[in-house]
Amino acid sequence: MSFDVQTRKKDFPTLSREVHGRRLVYLDSAATSQTPLPVLDAMDGYYRTCRSNVHRGVYQLAEEATDLYEGARRKLAALVGAPEHGVVFTKNATEACNLVAYSWVRRNLGPDDVVLTTHMEHHANIVPLLHAREDLGFEIRWIPVREDGQLDLEEAARLLDDGRVRFVAVGHVSNVLGTINDVAGIAAMAREANPDCIVHVDGTQAVPQMPVDVPALGVDFYALTGHKMCGPTGIGALVARPELLEQMPPFLTGGEMILDVTTEGATWAPIPGRFEAGTPMIAEAAGLGAAVDYLTEIGLDEVRAHEQQLVAAFLEGLERIEGVSVHGPRDPALRGGAISFKLDGVHPHDIGAMLDSYGVCVRVGHHCTKPLMRHLGVNATARASVYLYNDLDDLPPLLEGLEAAASFFAR
Amino acid sequence: MSLDDLYQEIILDHYRSPKNRAPSLEGEDVHVHHSNPLCGDEMDLRLRVADNAVDGLVFDGEGCSISQASASAMTVAVIGRTLDDALDLAEDFRRMMHGEESKRPDDLLDGVAFEGVAKFPVRVKCALLGWMAAKDAIETYLTGERDHEVTHDE
Repeated sequence: MSFDVQTRKKDFPTLSREVHGRRLVYLDSAATSQTPLPVLDAMDGYYRTCRSNVHRGVYQLAEEATDLYEGARRKLAALVGAPEHGVVFTKNATEACNLVAYSWVRRNLGPDDVVLTTHMEHHANIVPLLHAREDLGFEIRWIPVREDGQLDLEEAARLLDDGRVRFVAVGHVSNVLGTINDVAGIAAMAREANPDCIVHVDGTQAVPQMPVDVPALGVDFYALTGHKMCGPTGIGALVARPELLEQMPPFLTGGEMILDVTTEGATWAPIPGRFEAGTPMIAEAAGLGAAVDYLTEIGLDEVRAHEQQLVAAFLEGLERIEGVSVHGPRDPALRGGAISFKLDGVHPHDIGAMLDSYGVCVRVGHHCTKPLMRHLGVNATARASVYLYNDLDDLPPLLEGLEAAASFFAR
Repeated sequence: MSLDDLYQEIILDHYRSPKNRAPSLEGEDVHVHHSNPLCGDEMDLRLRVADNAVDGLVFDGEGCSISQASASAMTVAVIGRTLDDALDLAEDFRRMMHGEESKRPDDLLDGVAFEGVAKFPVRVKCALLGWMAAKDAIETYLTGERDHEVTHDE
């Protein structure tokens, strides 16, 4: 690997702490990543040197704050290959998905339309659609997940066949299975079946760990979040085709997002400001901008290569433990850094508690993917996820904790 | 706070050899289904009442050691009590899970072993699942209803 993980680890203050008298082993970056010093400094810098509101003051501080905010938009746009005015800041990916559901789906779909999604989606990508369906009555079709953790694209072709699918919602990388979905292929299939079909991708798990070029994917909407890509909590974005945004009414309304307001009504600001009502998350934008710089400096292709090596070692290590079985693809080339697994006879909560006593942080539960849990026939899984600051030293404590859990909870 | 505070031997015993764990109950009066939206755990609880008291109580479902063991200990503590007394005991356990001292430790029997769970806020819901299902089953019985599905947010 061409970046030095040991050096990078020092950029993340949390990683140097201990828990329960043991070195912290953080294996939950798919839930949220740790924060490197440049990101902390950028946020601190805003509060210490140029705290002011954006887009309205005519004084020096306000110009600096606006530069930070709009600079972050420029950086993020460059990272995902999108035009700046096609990047709308939201509080997280969930809000980005809701923006699409409220400002596009609810304005364009009716009872005769069909929405296509998958069984492996995070709730953020399906609940806004289930909610919209209550009001609009459209049909939702579900692409099943195959035994090997891949989407069943043959079935997807059949579901698209009648040309009635007008909206597709699909995740780029599964937060549970780790599966990297061929979203470009799915978008092409959907357009072939219906040229007017709009494709929305939940890119939450993709952008932190691999190079993503949204226009090259040929999709219309792409949701992402800052806190899984070394950025702060409280900021995410919707990347969208500007032509589409132009046609869309606002989701939230209020300050900042207007062109004019009279007692008769209001008109909307140009994009992307139309979708950013109220004082935005300025410090968080500064932090996100620094996170993009940080990732760009390392190189997301390097992050991806590093993770693939780690995932290969983790899969091998996990499967050596008796009673452990991993969900999702076996080939590291087909998956991201999230590895869900079960340990026979031990509930994920108990696995999590035991691992915690070894200093190891993993996520346990349904991971906001209850349809997928039903498909897997489980209520919950344990999930270890690796990121750019993990290395092979993080594997033995995980395996040690799992062996301890297996014997402690043996019935 | 160590793992031993959470997983006391009494708790592990109930987990490994649960009492009154069964998929059905002869002469069942009420069946409630509870789930914990945080972790996806599910629990079925079946109640039979005689002379205004808990005559039979069984649980079934999937869950972590804390939820399963707590439900097991709960059934032992509750069977044979009058409905009102069982509700009072459930309330006592609930308060204990929120950090208060139990007023009826002798009646909770093995349930007192769960006192340490209160120090692990994310596991409090696990320990409460069976107790809250029992409370719901009894209250459901008292209203005359017979089947009840609840997503637990206590």
